[in-house]
Amino acid sequence: MITAERKPLEELIEYVKPFKRILLLGCNECVTVCAAGGRKEVGLLASGLQMAMLKNGINIEIRQHTLERQCDPEYIEELVPMIDSADAVMSMACGCGVQQIAMRFKDKPVFPAVNTTFMGASERQGVWAERCQGCGNCLLGITGGICPIARCAKQLMNGPCGGSTGGNCEISDDVDCAWQLIWDRLKALGLEKMYLENIPAKDWRTGGGSGPRKIIREDLAE
Amino acid sequence: MENFEPVIVAFCCHYCAYTAADIAGSQRLPYPPNVKIVQVPCSGKVDAQHIVTAFEKGADGVYVAGCLEGDCHFKKGNERAARRINFVKKYLEEVGLESERLEMVNVSAGMGHRFAQVATEITQKIRTLGPSPIRTALAQ
Repeated sequence: MITAERKPLEELIEYVKPFKRILLLGCNECVTVCAAGGRKEVGLLASGLQMAMLKNGINIEIRQHTLERQCDPEYIEELVPMIDSADAVMSMACGCGVQQIAMRFKDKPVFPAVNTTFMGASERQGVWAERCQGCGNCLLGITGGICPIARCAKQLMNGPCGGSTGGNCEISDDVDCAWQLIWDRLKALGLEKMYLENIPAKDWRTGGGSGPRKIIREDLAE
Repeated sequence: MENFEPVIVAFCCHYCAYTAADIAGSQRLPYPPNVKIVQVPCSGKVDAQHIVTAFEKGADGVYVAGCLEGDCHFKKGNERAARRINFVKKYLEEVGLESERLEMVNVSAGMGHRFAQVATEITQKIRTLGPSPIRTALAQ
């Protein structure tokens, strides 16, 4: 999922300050799962903003709505009947959702309420960790299902480096050395041979190195 | 300020604090009428949003009363509640409210005396803190 964290309230207050009527939007997808921008977080933020403004003697009207998905235009149409009654929109979706709203409602200021952080997975309840950087040319098939791009601080293709100690990365004792994990897993699988193969220098063009990327499925595209 | 009567919302677990409140009542133990009890099936059921909404509607203080540590009817509900309280305390500070206005307490079903004592102490603390700025703003 795409993970995110709420921005500090102070920053959000600065965004909404000039406006009277705010439409606060959540998204039912990734940001709901990582507890950053679902229906519950929308409610919590609406109350928080309302109180913070009220404390400064400003009464604002906050309408809450959570869309099934903010990154798909068909769901955004749902906002048409309510957009006119808002002076500005604040979105708790990831950056994709915020941009879709901005593109659809060109005359409304749109503000992000979260910092979109990474593509990650749940390690346990309440803990999410980075697992993928969307490099566009997946290496997991030759690295034992552990990504050296998302999980090695140096993104080494043929690690580990000299900073790997006792299975940990030199940047922190809390970070596993991805290449140690790769080696351990390949060994357990009896696939040590894969480790010995040199991985050539990565072509980063598929990973955004040649500008914004787009996927076009000709059988589906209209 | 002299006539300030705080409004305090107490979310009380059905299996402990709520029963303790009943016992306090049947033992005729006095506690301040400022405390408005909301019965919940477990302190772990109390969501951050319930607490924040209470403050938004003008409560001067909120407390969540769960079972004694290790005694939760649902095993870990009171531990979860305690973690959630810490999270909401930080949020209240961000909003600009004193985090002391929110507390987590542990009371067993037989502790009628403790229930009355906690209600009295918290009411006294909130009285010292004064009215919530939100309540003041709502009244204007």
